[in-house]
Amino acid sequence: MLLFNETPEEMGKRTDPAQADAYWGGWTAYMGAIAQSGAMVSGNGLQPPDVSTTIRVENGKRHVVDGPFTDTKEILGGYVILDVAYLDGALEWAARAPCVSAGSVEIRPVMPPPPAPTN
Amino acid sequence: MVNDARRIAAHHAELAARDSYGRLLSILAARTGDIAGAEDALAEALAAAVAQWPRDGAPANPIAWLLTVARRSIGHAAGRRRTAEAAAGAVRLLQDEREAAVEAPFGDQRLALMFVCAHPAIEIEAQAPLMLQTVLGLDAARIAASFLVSSATMGQRLVRAKRKIRDAGIAFAIPEPAEARTRIGGVLAAVYAAYGTAWEDVTGADDKLAGLTSEAIWLARLLGDLLPDDPEVMGLLSLMLHCESRRAARRDADGRYVPLHRQDTARWSREMVREAEALLRRASQHAQPGRFQTEAAIQSLHAHQRLTGERFTAPLAGLYDMLASFAPTTGVLVARAVAHAENGDHAAGLAQLYAIAGAGAYQPWWAAQARICWLAGDEGAAERAAQTAAGLSNDPSVRRFLLDGGFREVPAAS
Repeated sequence: MLLFNETPEEMGKRTDPAQADAYWGGWTAYMGAIAQSGAMVSGNGLQPPDVSTTIRVENGKRHVVDGPFTDTKEILGGYVILDVAYLDGALEWAARAPCVSAGSVEIRPVMPPPPAPTN
Repeated sequence: MVNDARRIAAHHAELAARDSYGRLLSILAARTGDIAGAEDALAEALAAAVAQWPRDGAPANPIAWLLTVARRSIGHAAGRRRTAEAAAGAVRLLQDEREAAVEAPFGDQRLALMFVCAHPAIEIEAQAPLMLQTVLGLDAARIAASFLVSSATMGQRLVRAKRKIRDAGIAFAIPEPAEARTRIGGVLAAVYAAYGTAWEDVTGADDKLAGLTSEAIWLARLLGDLLPDDPEVMGLLSLMLHCESRRAARRDADGRYVPLHRQDTARWSREMVREAEALLRRASQHAQPGRFQTEAAIQSLHAHQRLTGERFTAPLAGLYDMLASFAPTTGVLVARAVAHAENGDHAAGLAQLYAIAGAGAYQPWWAAQARICWLAGDEGAAERAAQTAAGLSNDPSVRRFLLDGGFREVPAAS
């Protein structure tokens, strides 16, 4: 899984008329190239944190709050699940992400499914 | 000004360290064939120097001092590993110390080390990194980042290669002239891989390895010192200097990618262009053409096109054919297809491009397709290919250039 983290400035380009075209153009081309290579399993862009909601349960009591749980320098902007054999293949795709120079890309192996119950 | 002077001094110190590191490591490893062991011993000796020299003053012959201390610790380690050989080791060590005391200047084993690093028995991906680490003393993390693999992968690759050298008993020697001629190609290819290719004539060069260009040029100069009469060595250095001469012009004030045909040639390093041209002339007097002389000639023609405004599309297509016969790599075949299309033969360019197997995720292939389709008048296909090329690029300004239709530009006869 590639987790795309963007700086607030980078995410702000989504709605800035002067920069939105270039921003979305870059992401469209990038996602298209992954799909075309056959490595794409699934993926989504995420709406910004100002429309996020966080829930926690403490002592049996639910707390629902607006916004993300913590303020960070980088915001999770989206993710893709890739089908590649090794870390280096994932690194190659991660290095091409538009946000890699305006944020970061975290690469995490997806866990294998639990073994099927035998009975 | 002061900062500049300091920077230059620091740079010289770094070069000196680089120079003696490779020299020392190659001398140490040549005896045992154990690069990893030699690295450890050299690291210990350098640590000892850092601790003692400031206190007791630097020795009259620092290299001899480091060599002696490192050899002693190799002797200890070897003794710990192989007690049976300890006596012989000690005798050899005494011998070495006597030699080191009188030996000045030192024999240079670095060429032998470069041949070892580029030995056909070493996996190809490890050759350039191994050379950068052993001859220049670069650390694995920095090398890994340049080659875009994880530190762990690079570390394993280097460890495996060193083990192979030791266990397979790869000889630390400069091969016989006949064999050296066939094997020098591997050494040059490894140095070039360290430089990183930038196919500037295909719109969409990926400057992935930009960080190691000066190191690679340093290696090529070292090769030129060690093999002063080899025309391919001259060709490689000429090629790199041509590419390097354009560094300042390759990015605009905002750091955006500037393709060759748009570069401000006033920002090229004339000194490097002159040196590159002189090297190429000297190489051609040997009348032994080869891959790197051909690549240098191609870059030379590109430079002349820009500086004189003449178009040399026909000779360029011919040179690419010649290059493809020497080194039919994917990068070369892609560039050759573009050269034929630029020369007006769109059908041949397309046919050559589609004949290249397994280039599906190779960014320059898609950038080339965009350019050739556009030259052939297929606007739709050109745009689709440019879209994919942009998605495959890891350089934001190259992405911009492609999405903004940069593939349509006729190289200006400025």
